[in-house]
Amino acid sequence: MEENNLAISVKNLTRKFKDFVAVDNISFAVKKGEIFAFLGPNGAGKSTTIKMLTTLLWPTSGEILVNNFDPEKQQDKVRKSFGIVFQDPSLDEDLTAFENMQLHAYLYNVPSKIRNEKIKQLLEFVELWERKNNLVKTFSGGMKRRLEIARGLLHQPEILFLDEPTLGLDPQTRNHMWSYLKDINAKEQMTIFFTTHYMEEAEKIADRIAIIDHGKIVALGNAKQLEEQTKTKSLEEAFLALVGHEIREEEASNLDQLRMHRRMHHVDRR
Amino acid sequence: MQTIYILWLRQVKKYFRSRSRIIGSLGQPLLFLISFGFGFGSIYQKAGEGNYLQFLAPGIILMSVLFTAIFSGIDLIWDRQFGFLKETMVAPVSRLSIMFGKTLGGATVAIIQGLIVFVLTLVIGFRPTNFYLLPVALIFIILIALLFTAFGTAIASVLEDMQGFQLIMNFLVMPIFFLSGAFSPMEGLPKFMAIITRIDPLTYGVDGLRGSLIGSVHFGLGFDLLILALLTTLLLFIGSYLFFKIEV
Ligand SMILES: Nc1ncnc2c1ncn2[C@@H]1O[C@H](COP(=O)(O)OP(=O)(O)O)[C@@H](O)[C@H]1O
Ligand SMILES: [Mg+2]
Repeated sequence: MEENNLAISVKNLTRKFKDFVAVDNISFAVKKGEIFAFLGPNGAGKSTTIKMLTTLLWPTSGEILVNNFDPEKQQDKVRKSFGIVFQDPSLDEDLTAFENMQLHAYLYNVPSKIRNEKIKQLLEFVELWERKNNLVKTFSGGMKRRLEIARGLLHQPEILFLDEPTLGLDPQTRNHMWSYLKDINAKEQMTIFFTTHYMEEAEKIADRIAIIDHGKIVALGNAKQLEEQTKTKSLEEAFLALVGHEIREEEASNLDQLRMHRRMHHVDRR
Repeated sequence: MQTIYILWLRQVKKYFRSRSRIIGSLGQPLLFLISFGFGFGSIYQKAGEGNYLQFLAPGIILMSVLFTAIFSGIDLIWDRQFGFLKETMVAPVSRLSIMFGKTLGGATVAIIQGLIVFVLTLVIGFRPTNFYLLPVALIFIILIALLFTAFGTAIASVLEDMQGFQLIMNFLVMPIFFLSGAFSPMEGLPKFMAIITRIDPLTYGVDGLRGSLIGSVHFGLGFDLLILALLTTLLLFIGSYLFFKIEV
């Protein structure tokens, strides 16, 4: 059984939003223990793909296996087998770092005997143990990201999904984060699937890279193979040769606006 | 079970953590109790109806239960917009347990808030007459808390953001409160008012609580309980159904 060595297997996967095709008939496979990158500009369909792999969206058509389970039919088995760090924050900012971890441990049924020990170990690992009793809303962006990573690892997943994990982080934090993750990948054979639009990141971290644009995978291989395919000298040139030079609009985050709203709303309540 | 517990705990923890909000939220009921309770008291008495504060207090207790419950349910919008909902949605737990944990937590908070206001009414001079019916009064508070937390969750599952929130407040929550018979007796209402009042779920809570606390009941305690139990069950179903349809 070849399938058994695969962490992820995707065949002819398509997702439409009304008439708009966000993910267009893509196929790829990720081996167990591999670090695999989805590299593509904004709006390429990276997050939509991750959402389908992680049971948050159903495919319009196509087949997915994650750890040999079908996300649509074997939801809970798939869910137990991966950890995820979303593109947008997903912590409860009104709880402490420890409480966020604890909540996750309960949701994933981490046995009570090892729960606290495991939380301690991971918070130490991402250097947040000292801050465990601080509310998350007092954390910097980098600290929140680290906490999300620790949380994603808490139930010892076989695959870790990271959707643009380093977006908005400074280079030091970024390096730090990847050194933890490569460490775990090496030690525990944990598969890592991440998306990025930084070429250096894909090149430096990933074993293999899929370049995705307008919902299609336009090339797949390690950095060297991609350069050879496009007859270019660097991944950057290869990338530009494949997806062109046009600028993609960054989708504006309205989170700040929201925060303001929330404050107003709280005032309202009084 | 574990999921329901931890999501319940989250809600309760966050409530006790926001002390300023607890104290702040007591301002409104206090204002109503003092301005209406003492302001209208003399007119009410002259009309031969007895002590207005006695009549008013149950409605004000339920007002704070109503508002707290709706807000706790609507909080789901923030969970969605700030991303926390995704964390629960990818977890290997059923959506039903997420919805129940959240609703039970919200309802617990609303019940506590109601009990605090109850104590407040006692301080101001409200005197329940039927002490042996206090457990029944608690049941009414619990049902109203559950009913309207589920209602808030249902609304939050449909609303994309807080834009529609003011609309809901002004055209749904306020009318639910003001038309519930909290301020004026059910007897002698004009026909259309009587009909509207009967459609309002809170009416049965106010009637039931008044019945169990001061012994003055319009529809009958059993009838009030039955209606509220049915409505609460219905709303829990609707809330769960809409919650199931949320995409993140
Ligand atoms: N829920 C949705 N409804 C409609 N369009 C969507 C939805 N989610 C994503 N899209 C569209 O699908 C495309 C791919 O989005 P996404 O997967 O988030 O891209 P990426 O993560 O690569 O930046 C974008 O054009 C986006 O606007
Ligand atoms: Mg994205």
